[in-house]
Amino acid sequence: MSMNNAIFSLEGKTILVTGASSGIGKATAIECSKMGANVFLSARNKERLEQTLSEMAPGNHCIITADMTNLEDIQKLAEEVSVLDGIALIAGINDKMIIKKIDDEYVSKMLSTNLSGPAMLVKSLLKDKKIAKQASIVFMSSVSAFYPSVSNAMYAASKAAVNQFAKVLALEVLPLKARVNCIQPAFVETEMIHKYSEETLSEIRSNYPLGRFARPEEIAYAVIYYMSDASQMVTGTSLVIDGGYTIH
Amino acid sequence: MTLDEFVKAFAAEFDDTPAEQFTPATKYRELDEWGSLVALSIISMVDDEMDKRVTGADLRNCTTIEDLYHLVESK
Ligand SMILES: NC(=O)c1ccc[n+]([C@@H]2O[C@H](COP(=O)([O-])OP(=O)(O)OC[C@H]3O[C@@H](n4cnc5c(N)ncnc54)[C@H](OP(=O)(O)O)[C@@H]3O)[C@@H](O)[C@H]2O)c1
Repeated sequence: MSMNNAIFSLEGKTILVTGASSGIGKATAIECSKMGANVFLSARNKERLEQTLSEMAPGNHCIITADMTNLEDIQKLAEEVSVLDGIALIAGINDKMIIKKIDDEYVSKMLSTNLSGPAMLVKSLLKDKKIAKQASIVFMSSVSAFYPSVSNAMYAASKAAVNQFAKVLALEVLPLKARVNCIQPAFVETEMIHKYSEETLSEIRSNYPLGRFARPEEIAYAVIYYMSDASQMVTGTSLVIDGGYTIH
Repeated sequence: MTLDEFVKAFAAEFDDTPAEQFTPATKYRELDEWGSLVALSIISMVDDEMDKRVTGADLRNCTTIEDLYHLVESK
């Protein structure tokens, strides 16, 4: 096989992107459409999904709203999509709280959005036979999974769990010759980090060896790699995209 | 919440500094235990118990516990 740009093409592939209404998921839906994919866009907010759709390259795209903390929504989403060549599980929340302040509600919201929701979605897609042979599944994890910071415990725990879930899934979808990988960004310029004051952000930014945070597109490019035929031998891996933040 | 209650709640967020050491005039940023972790505890205590939002900058701009109390009350 000769190396050419077409190897990164997503032409003819159908991809589900969760969290497509904002940030990394939005950039992923847009960039995948530019590479030729047909995209199912999902999140809770229909208006914001329509905004994403309006910025996408033409294709056979479709919006399906679903709340990742609601099992019925998840099952309905799995029923409504067609057979998928790619699944990008990007929806997630990051609400910081020091451990001595956490409560049941906080813990279950974090774990259900970031871990059980994506897990149950994959389960439903498998059950409904919506995962194509040689499909690619990508989970949006975080460097927090191995790089702890104060007030981030439940988020870090949810993402570390996602990494291990992905590896077990990689084993269990081998009969389909499907592949499962994770992406672990550090700070990305999205709404998620704008809970911090600009002062705090520039302080953190100055500790990034490459001097800035990632743009959402720069995470989407990695999703494209994992979705494309360029990564056909790659499964059970995780790619850190952090501008050198965790280099030491 | 009264100033006295606020001082007590403030003190309770510290793990190492004895509660008796806290008065309205305590310059909290000079305490050995002061740092980003306690600051997060205070922000969260004010949110939970007073339903008011203080920021890291607010905590840096006040000197005594009483200053902070008045700032929170004014929000
Ligand atoms: N930004 C960062 O610095 C960073 C770093 C590392 C990893 N990540 C990960 O990247 C992913 C995307 O983050 P982002 O930065 O793009 O955040 P964002 O801009 O806040 O977007 C979060 C997305 O998740 C969706 N979402 C949240 N709760 C949901 C729920 N209950 N059901 C369905 N969808 C839900 C939101 O859509 P609706 O509100 O419309 O439902 C939105 O599309 C997350 O998994 C995050 O943990 C982000």
